[in-house]
Amino acid sequence: MMNTILFILLLPVAGVLVNLLFGWRRGEKFAGRVAAGVMALAFAASIAGFFQLLGLPAEERLIRSDLFEWIAVGDFRVNAAFMLDPLSSVMTLIITGVGALIHVYSIGYMHGDRGAVRYFIYLNLFVFFMLTLVLGSNFLVLFVGWEGVGLCSYLLIGFWFERPAASEAGKKAFIVNRIGDLCFLIAMFMLIGIFGTLDFGEILQAAPAKLVAGGGAVTVICLLLFAGAAGKSAQIPLFVWLPDAMEGPTPVSALIHAATMVTAGVYLMARAYFLFDLSPIAMNVVAVVGAATLLVAASIAMVQTDIKRVLAYSTVSQLGYMVMAIGVGAYSAAIFHLLTHSFFKALLFMGAGSVIHALDGEQDMNRMGGLSAALPSTSATCAIAAFAIAGVFPLAGFFSKDAILFAAMTSNRGGIGFWLAGAVGALMTAFYIFRMLFKTFYGRCNLSIEQQNRLHESPGVMTRPLKVLAVLSFAGGWVGIPIFAGANLLDGFLAPVFGGGGEAHHEVIFELMMMAVSFAIAVLGIYMAYNVFVLSSRGASAYAERWPGFYRLVFNKYYIDEAYDFLIIQPIRRLSVRLWKDFDDGLVDATVNGAGGFVRLIGSAARQLQTGYVKSYAVMMLAGALVVAFYLTAGAK
Amino acid sequence: MAPLEHYLIVSALLFAIGVVGVVVRRNAIVVVMSIELMLNAGNLAFVSFGRFLNSMDGQLIVFFVMGVAAAEAAIGLAILILIYRNRESTDVDSLNLLKL
Repeated sequence: MMNTILFILLLPVAGVLVNLLFGWRRGEKFAGRVAAGVMALAFAASIAGFFQLLGLPAEERLIRSDLFEWIAVGDFRVNAAFMLDPLSSVMTLIITGVGALIHVYSIGYMHGDRGAVRYFIYLNLFVFFMLTLVLGSNFLVLFVGWEGVGLCSYLLIGFWFERPAASEAGKKAFIVNRIGDLCFLIAMFMLIGIFGTLDFGEILQAAPAKLVAGGGAVTVICLLLFAGAAGKSAQIPLFVWLPDAMEGPTPVSALIHAATMVTAGVYLMARAYFLFDLSPIAMNVVAVVGAATLLVAASIAMVQTDIKRVLAYSTVSQLGYMVMAIGVGAYSAAIFHLLTHSFFKALLFMGAGSVIHALDGEQDMNRMGGLSAALPSTSATCAIAAFAIAGVFPLAGFFSKDAILFAAMTSNRGGIGFWLAGAVGALMTAFYIFRMLFKTFYGRCNLSIEQQNRLHESPGVMTRPLKVLAVLSFAGGWVGIPIFAGANLLDGFLAPVFGGGGEAHHEVIFELMMMAVSFAIAVLGIYMAYNVFVLSSRGASAYAERWPGFYRLVFNKYYIDEAYDFLIIQPIRRLSVRLWKDFDDGLVDATVNGAGGFVRLIGSAARQLQTGYVKSYAVMMLAGALVVAFYLTAGAK
Repeated sequence: MAPLEHYLIVSALLFAIGVVGVVVRRNAIVVVMSIELMLNAGNLAFVSFGRFLNSMDGQLIVFFVMGVAAAEAAIGLAILILIYRNRESTDVDSLNLLKL
């Protein structure tokens, strides 16, 4: 039984090792094939694991694999233990499935890059850590994966490290994540203090007895865990690293910064749902932060001109949806949106990558337009993804977003406010994504003649993954079609993890009405984008001129980076300079240099004896010999 | 037979001449020769004591000293040749490269 888990985990490691040993000599083609091959095998193993789970009775769907005792201090034990349950199975399928497609796409995208072998090594390493994260059966193993994906994210954002912006962005991502990681660590220390264990199962068993529902301890733990999740999943106030992370290669943005790593925070909260369930305050904070994030990020996405930045803010916004879903207690809706989002956002990123590839690195949408003729596969698949993320029936995003909106409205932790935030967010989503689509693929072409002549559709190795993802973006939501007044397939599969669900039943009419409303919102958003960017000749500039102040505010991302710079970074810099000059130079260095100077002083005195003249040494030897002789003769008497 | 003191006085004189040679002379070859003189002054003292005390030990040690002196002379002269090739001088006062 443990073999499946080990297979899933170790296949990417095998890819890393093979490429480390042979990839450098055999070249990028070999490295790409190895990397994509192990991913395909890992995906096959994940499917096998999924069917193993399905073969078990619903309540016993848990495969454990304890490898060895890792840490043993007193009564405290941590094992290197992994487990496959419905939640981690869904995550594993996403990581290996979408991951395999992105690996294949990367073969085309990274073709000709000098660092392609290094790239594939990092990518496989990332997948290994991501799988460790979702398969770990205690917080510490999860944390190992958590830090590992952070490292790989840093390495891949800064992949083109010769560009200063890329290495800066890598550092920013790493440092911002560090804040969240510290909170996560403190939460783990508190859990060890209270439970004496970090195992999910054991904490789940002991939680109701050892923690007071709504008490201070559980609230602090949950808020700390949420701070960790906010770092990884780019929520307010720690979301600033994700847009900058777009400096990495585009397939990396698709894999790490859209489909997998950034969802780790959502996964963490879903995994620790039994703690969040005990703390209404923390849940409320989570929901409010999620709602705020989705609105702020969506509004920024509406005015950005860099195609990848639009998608980055869109990702932040969609993560906000997931976090809000967690906050209102709709865990399986969050995972559902995570699933569909990984399809259409990976597709959008890879489509954007295909466009950038065709334009030799051009990312500014104002210089694009009318690309659909030259890039038929890319534009068609991107259109499907855009409809999916906008939430048009019957594509994937419709069902998952509807599930979240429905839960936001009806859950006993939700409310009309959360629904409204989600609905406004949905309107903005439909608007910004179609703005991107229209500006890129339709309308007048703003490219230079030279660029137009060099336009080319990407090779098959890149478009084929797009097509597969397009199918998934279209149909991937059907696993979550509500079977009215009951649980859907995905809910049913995840139910054992989240304690049987037990969501209230509602009138079918009400549910249908909600669906109709969210569908109408999506269509309205698309129509607005069409109106502004296709029908109107002046595009959005008319609106920008009407509210110049507001436009500037949003365009500059609410000056959040500047505010952080002023409020946090500069004071820390000033403090550091003071510490450097006063403490380090003034105290530490002075002590060390003083000790050295003292020795020098003695040395310079003693050095006088060493004249460098052989004869003076001879005289001293003679004098010494005479003293010894005198002592011996005198002593003899 | 002359008394022991005579031998010892000659030995002491030879040793003193050697010491003065080492300390005063600047030519490295003369310094090495002076060292040989000191060694042989010691040898003379050893054989004198050996003869007067009717013991072979003194004679034996002299052989050792002569062996060592031969080796020392060979190595010392080799070093001197190298120094001369490099510096074109055997002045011991100019050999202060290790000084700061």
